[in-house]
Amino acid sequence: MAAPMLRWCCPGRRFAFARVGCGSCHRRGPPTGSTSNGKRGQSSVAQQPHITAQKPRKGEPEWAAVVGLEIHAQIASNSKLFSGSQVCFAAPPNSLVSFFDASLPGTLPVLNRRCVEAAVMTGLALDCHINRKSLFDRKHYFYADLPAGYQITQQRLPIAVNGSLAYSVYVGRKPSQMVTRTVRVKQIQLEQDSGKSLHDDLRSQTLIDLNRAGIGLLELVLEPDMSCGEEAATAVRELQLILQALGTSQANMAEGQLRVDANISVHRPGEPLGIRTEVKNLNSARFLAKAIDYEIQRQINELENGGEILNETRSFDFKLGFMPEPNLPPLLLYDSGSLPSGADPQQVINIDQLRERLPELPRVTRQRLVQQYGMLPEHSCVLLNEVGLLEFFQNVIKETRAEPKKVTSWVLNTFLGFLKQQNLAVSESPVTPSALAELLDLLDRKAISAPAAKQVFEELWRNEGKTPAQIVAEKKLELLQDPEALEQLCRSTLEAHPDVVMDLKRGNPRAINKLIGLVRKATLGRADPTAIKEVLERQLSS
Amino acid sequence: DLGQITPTELCQRCLSLIKKTKFLNAYITVSEEVALKQAEESEKRYKKGHSLGDLDGIPIAVKDNFSTSGIETTCASNMLKGYVPPYNATVVQKLLDQGALLMGKTNLDEFAMGSGSTDGIFGPVKNPWSYSKQYREKRKQNSHSENEDSNWLITGGSSGGSAAAVSAFTCFAALGSDTGGSTRNPAAHCGVVGLKPSYGLVSRHGLIPLVNSMDVPGILTRCVDDAATVLGVLAGHDPKDSTTIQDPVKPFTLPSLTDVSKLCIGIPKEYLTPELSSEVQSLWSKAANLFESEGAKVTEVSLPHTSYSIVCYHVLCTSEVASNMARFDGLEYGHRCDSDVSTEAMYAATRREGFNDVVRGRILSGNFFLLKENYENYFVKAQKVRRLIANDFVNVFNSGVDVLLTPTTLSEAVPYTEFIKEDNRTRSAQDDIFTQAVNMAGLPAVSVPVALSSQGLPIGLQFIGRAFCDQQLLIVAKWFEKQVQFPVIQLQELMDDCSSVFENEKLASVSLK
Repeated sequence: MAAPMLRWCCPGRRFAFARVGCGSCHRRGPPTGSTSNGKRGQSSVAQQPHITAQKPRKGEPEWAAVVGLEIHAQIASNSKLFSGSQVCFAAPPNSLVSFFDASLPGTLPVLNRRCVEAAVMTGLALDCHINRKSLFDRKHYFYADLPAGYQITQQRLPIAVNGSLAYSVYVGRKPSQMVTRTVRVKQIQLEQDSGKSLHDDLRSQTLIDLNRAGIGLLELVLEPDMSCGEEAATAVRELQLILQALGTSQANMAEGQLRVDANISVHRPGEPLGIRTEVKNLNSARFLAKAIDYEIQRQINELENGGEILNETRSFDFKLGFMPEPNLPPLLLYDSGSLPSGADPQQVINIDQLRERLPELPRVTRQRLVQQYGMLPEHSCVLLNEVGLLEFFQNVIKETRAEPKKVTSWVLNTFLGFLKQQNLAVSESPVTPSALAELLDLLDRKAISAPAAKQVFEELWRNEGKTPAQIVAEKKLELLQDPEALEQLCRSTLEAHPDVVMDLKRGNPRAINKLIGLVRKATLGRADPTAIKEVLERQLSS
Repeated sequence: DLGQITPTELCQRCLSLIKKTKFLNAYITVSEEVALKQAEESEKRYKKGHSLGDLDGIPIAVKDNFSTSGIETTCASNMLKGYVPPYNATVVQKLLDQGALLMGKTNLDEFAMGSGSTDGIFGPVKNPWSYSKQYREKRKQNSHSENEDSNWLITGGSSGGSAAAVSAFTCFAALGSDTGGSTRNPAAHCGVVGLKPSYGLVSRHGLIPLVNSMDVPGILTRCVDDAATVLGVLAGHDPKDSTTIQDPVKPFTLPSLTDVSKLCIGIPKEYLTPELSSEVQSLWSKAANLFESEGAKVTEVSLPHTSYSIVCYHVLCTSEVASNMARFDGLEYGHRCDSDVSTEAMYAATRREGFNDVVRGRILSGNFFLLKENYENYFVKAQKVRRLIANDFVNVFNSGVDVLLTPTTLSEAVPYTEFIKEDNRTRSAQDDIFTQAVNMAGLPAVSVPVALSSQGLPIGLQFIGRAFCDQQLLIVAKWFEKQVQFPVIQLQELMDDCSSVFENEKLASVSLK
């Protein structure tokens, strides 16, 4: 997938205005005045002078922005949170609606075990405390796409609390200037998604699709520990990778499986936090970064011009009523120590068991790549950020004898370059990992030269079903293996170009390259330039 | 005794009685075709010797707030007039699976909000005892001058249709629902057994809710054994209702108790209220004496938080009502107004047209209690009081009491004209006084008819048991029922030809072929 995500591993693609306040003086303790939060200590302070639209006035400190996020991730599950309806993107309208989803009177919610497990796994991956007992509540709204008139959520006692999410951002212009930052995860709660309303203004009708109504969501509340759009977008991207690694959400923003609301305020460092505003329903990381930075700038401008920040979206939240959901008993979770004896394994969830089942998390994968293959941290980032690229890389590594560094270079430069150029996803690549592995093997055992390898790759990309070996044979690209033939070719080249030899003897160091080029031409590109140089030099000095 | 008859014959007799007693207004929908078809199926089974059990071929009725697949389910509300559910409530399905014949859907107060069965869009239910020989003779003696017909009695409610249906022999058992006494109250007024099982013992799936945390499907029958038989069919875990117990439930057979000397009967002193009629009070103490004289230990106990129950119930009930009723917006099902100015205008008009004043009043109160600024002061406090009320019972049962004995209602049934002098809320608050705390605590309770009042009207007493000790409760109730020998309602004038065959008719006496 080549969606225009914010790619913080490619400095060239950063957005200039994403640096508003970023990595500057904003990294400070929680707004409540407590500065002793250990997790925040991991944040680093960047040296780079930051760019703000508004130059600070004399004697006044600069503006600092505070950004918190509320993220809704659709749980990857075959059925909905409280009903047996199937979950499927882009199904015909109202084709996946159970009696419960349509809120037929008398229907009751039945909690989907898979969704609970997904919440626990996500909580564990984010270092949360998993509540052994959590509760469900009704949150009331009158929306046409919320058939029951309330959403079942976890207001009072959510399933997981007090976690953290670490992410890396660039603070300088060089890719190596990466620092790890941490945002606190306040809570993770299970809740129902709503349906969708379509407003037909022409006929003044509202059409409602309930396919989405009742799908399980994880609501993740990230504390306002971020200070600009880029940080927020990067944190979201990291969360996305974690959810995808866990398999708890497909987290595809374009399909609405990951939806982000941001709350934003600006203030002068040392002064109390400003009034928050919200930016809602952002459906790509890039727009998220843009929208946040735009809002930060808007607030700064507003305040600089003597205006005030008004909160439009929050005022009505206060009126919403909550009530305990009476149809669902408290959700109880166990660990191996507290598991009731003789409990039906189908009826209980063991946190320890889920912890054992946790896959490798992106952070660990990146560390492993760096250690195992000696690649640069930013390269490990690129491998993870591109959907399917890591798997492709690992499949090539498995099948080739070529050096990991060589593989990394080929995958990240040549392969990814071709993909980008044609705007293709890894899964759409015409070159398979095996083909690339075979090609790299040929290169590794010096059967072909590096330039010839590039040529073979281009042929492979055209996807005519040929193997690298076939292409090499057809195009006669194999290196000249016969030393006697090379000696012969070199000798005849020297004899045929006495002027170049003279030039060389007069002291022009570049003349040797011309000779090498001539020999390569004579070998139809099949000889290794270093080998040619060696033979030529020996023949010239004899 | 019926002698041997076929399910179809039995069904037809009940259908004919339903027609004869149509003026009682007990049924909203009579599912004649469905019942006859079911009877036919049942008859085939009997012929093959493959009866499904005690309920195969037995006519039953279901309160019109239980979803019945393909049969209109109205809750006696304009909001659901014409609503035909696509599924059966679990309890309905379980009865059908046992071969029971569904005669129809019974009348109630709109959305079960009431204690008279007078406040539904289909009009009030009339108490069959209004037309009984027993009551009429007493009235003649007392030589009242009022017009006989205008002086009919209410059934109590909100399951008045079910109570009347059972009382008038139109079916053998009926489902009611019980949130604050809605099954036990009309059972007492109509002279039938009304059982409210433990919360969580019987599935609520398909019961259109009033207060989810208190609602329980109720069972109305003409004797305790029949109630136990029906409970045996209904009880148990339902994967569609997460609040039902996980443990398997054993069949409910009731041994006849011969010795009550090991029993401890508690008499809650707070239930002796000034409003209690002297006749009910006297029957209550007679009942206590009966237990004592037979060797049971009878002891006065205290449920100190009883007096807070009514106001606590009001807050919790209206809050849940406000929440539960939010779904009736005219979009997916039910009534929708003609206005299409805007979605909001459509909601408002739909709900104004769809709900009666009682329902709208409770929604309004509930929304007030659920407001963010009020939530702590009302809802949370009421929940705490509810816990205290529940703990009262726990303490009493921990002190060694097996069963509590209380009145079910303050007095016998009153005439409709009398009843409507007070508004629904006042009536509900008064009438639920002995029954509602039980729902707060989730306990099983049963109202058993005891005797006729001086006016010739039935009076019931209530037994309250430990949570999930429904069987023990029913064993005690059965013993008591046997001692008091409550008279059979005499509806000869009403029934003419049919009546004799139905006299004293209970499940055990039916012999189907």
